[in-house]
Amino acid sequence: MFEIFGIPSQALFGQLLLGLINGSFYALLSLGLAVIFGMLNIINFSHGAQYMMGAFVAFFLLHYFGLNYWVALVIAPIVVGAFGVLIERLFLQWLYKLDHLYGLLLTFGIALIVEGLFRNQFGSSGQPYQMPEQLTGGQNLGFMFLPNYRAWVIVLSLTVCLGTWFIIERTRLGAYLRAATENPTLVRAFGVNVSRMITLTYGFGVGLAALAGVMAAPIYNVSPQMGAELIIVVFAVVVIGGMGSIMGAIVTGFGLGVIEGLTKVFFPEASNTVIFVIMAIVLLVRPAGLFGRRA
Amino acid sequence: MADIALPSVEAKSSRSEVIAFVLMVGFFIVAPAFIYPVFLMKALCFALFACAFNLLIGYGGLLSFGHALYFGWASYLTAHSAKVWGFPPELAILTGAATAALFGLVAGSLAIRRQGIYFAMITLALAQMMFFFALQAKFTGGEDGIQAVPRGYLFGLVNLNDQTNMYITTLVIFLAGFLLIYRIINSPFGEVLKAIRENEARAISLGYKTERYKLMAFVLSATLAGVAGGTKAIVLQIASLTDVNWPMSGEVVLMALVGGLGTVFGPVVGAFVIIAMQNYLAQVGQWVTVIQGVVFVVCVLLFRRGIIGELANLLRIRL
Repeated sequence: MFEIFGIPSQALFGQLLLGLINGSFYALLSLGLAVIFGMLNIINFSHGAQYMMGAFVAFFLLHYFGLNYWVALVIAPIVVGAFGVLIERLFLQWLYKLDHLYGLLLTFGIALIVEGLFRNQFGSSGQPYQMPEQLTGGQNLGFMFLPNYRAWVIVLSLTVCLGTWFIIERTRLGAYLRAATENPTLVRAFGVNVSRMITLTYGFGVGLAALAGVMAAPIYNVSPQMGAELIIVVFAVVVIGGMGSIMGAIVTGFGLGVIEGLTKVFFPEASNTVIFVIMAIVLLVRPAGLFGRRA
Repeated sequence: MADIALPSVEAKSSRSEVIAFVLMVGFFIVAPAFIYPVFLMKALCFALFACAFNLLIGYGGLLSFGHALYFGWASYLTAHSAKVWGFPPELAILTGAATAALFGLVAGSLAIRRQGIYFAMITLALAQMMFFFALQAKFTGGEDGIQAVPRGYLFGLVNLNDQTNMYITTLVIFLAGFLLIYRIINSPFGEVLKAIRENEARAISLGYKTERYKLMAFVLSATLAGVAGGTKAIVLQIASLTDVNWPMSGEVVLMALVGGLGTVFGPVVGAFVIIAMQNYLAQVGQWVTVIQGVVFVVCVLLFRRGIIGELANLLRIRL
């Protein structure tokens, strides 16, 4: 045990770890938002609700089918992603020619419906979700105690984020995606099925949100409101980072999580608001966002 | 912003608007005879709130997703100044409106630094920040809110505890706000605002300092939302976290959308529809959220002009 700035190292590194955990979720969610916005030009307001659905699918799988966390990690994103594909085919595809704001309003409506339905069914209080037994316990690192599950969340989130970055920036599929973002008509002329690509992109973005939901389930409780307020913070993260860059979304997500964690140590009253304050400062200093390009 | 579904008819005369206005005022004069007055007053406050919001989206093309900030904080300051400082109601509402104006100035000057979808996200995030302040501040009473706000005597003369007096006062405030908004959107300032909505780059190239116009519109909208919130605190004698939380921001968007974005009378109709729906559906509790979500989806997909917008389009008049 030792102290840094008068704070015991346990508390400091503990909060730093919590910050990294929150940052993992910010990064995954803002990445999904950025991917969806890039292709669909829609801000997915139901992202928080879809994150919550991911957690609930994991919960259902465990309680009704006896399928554990590892299965949920694969199945929940697919199920919720399929739900996303359905939403895109039923509703969103009619909005691409309209103003951005209609996409926001429609997905806001979907979030209200989904969250309202879950609240009717399961009440407002959270349901606990068991941590997978392989990841219980933790490591004593000397200066702090590191629970295994939290380490896993950070590693998995980083892997998924970097994997997504790699697919989009470094593969042929990603090249098609980026080309379709720039000029869908031209890409269509080359014989690429752009509308299917758009649908799958939405499904993928939604699947990322669901994956984050499954990862969050053992840490926070599974509750209908778990995504509602988180999504507003993620919006602030997206404003700070700018949605132009995939790597920007990842770096901003993790960075802000850490800053929020540190704020909890040094100035706990402000921990709820620090990200919004940073957003205000960034808007004053760099209106286009840290990684954004001036439109 | 050109493809927001606005009424397509540009009628030259505004006779239809005058007739609609007379009908509306007539309705509000006879309505207390057969509708519960507290419901009417609540709906009038929300109607003004929706009109203020509509000034920004319908005429400036700016979607604020954080208008609960101005409504809610004005409501708090009005309630606090009336209850703790002993302000008379007119001064209490002014205090609330001034608070909203100040917040509008700060939030507006930040939000207008980004366009389009970012604007909506910034206003939402700033409103959420101020929600947390309201949650933590002592004077707001946290989860309890500020209850039992005295209605007091208007100008020291008119006893607002009398339901009729309160109703007339609310109606006058609403009509004053409504006419002011009507005046704004038909002024040269309003025309520039519409030009910015249609094509900001063009407006800039014509030499307009569009940021100033947008900020001015934002502050006006926030202030009027504050008047609505303050009046609501006096009428219902309570200011609470509900008024300042994000679902309230969503509700006012829904009101304007249902009634018709960019129409003069749409937000009024939308506010009455939504408040009536909440009242009527109070028994089914949580389903209200689900139904509101469905209304959002239906409006965006099939009914983008809203009730009044469709009506105006059908009759080929301006409303």
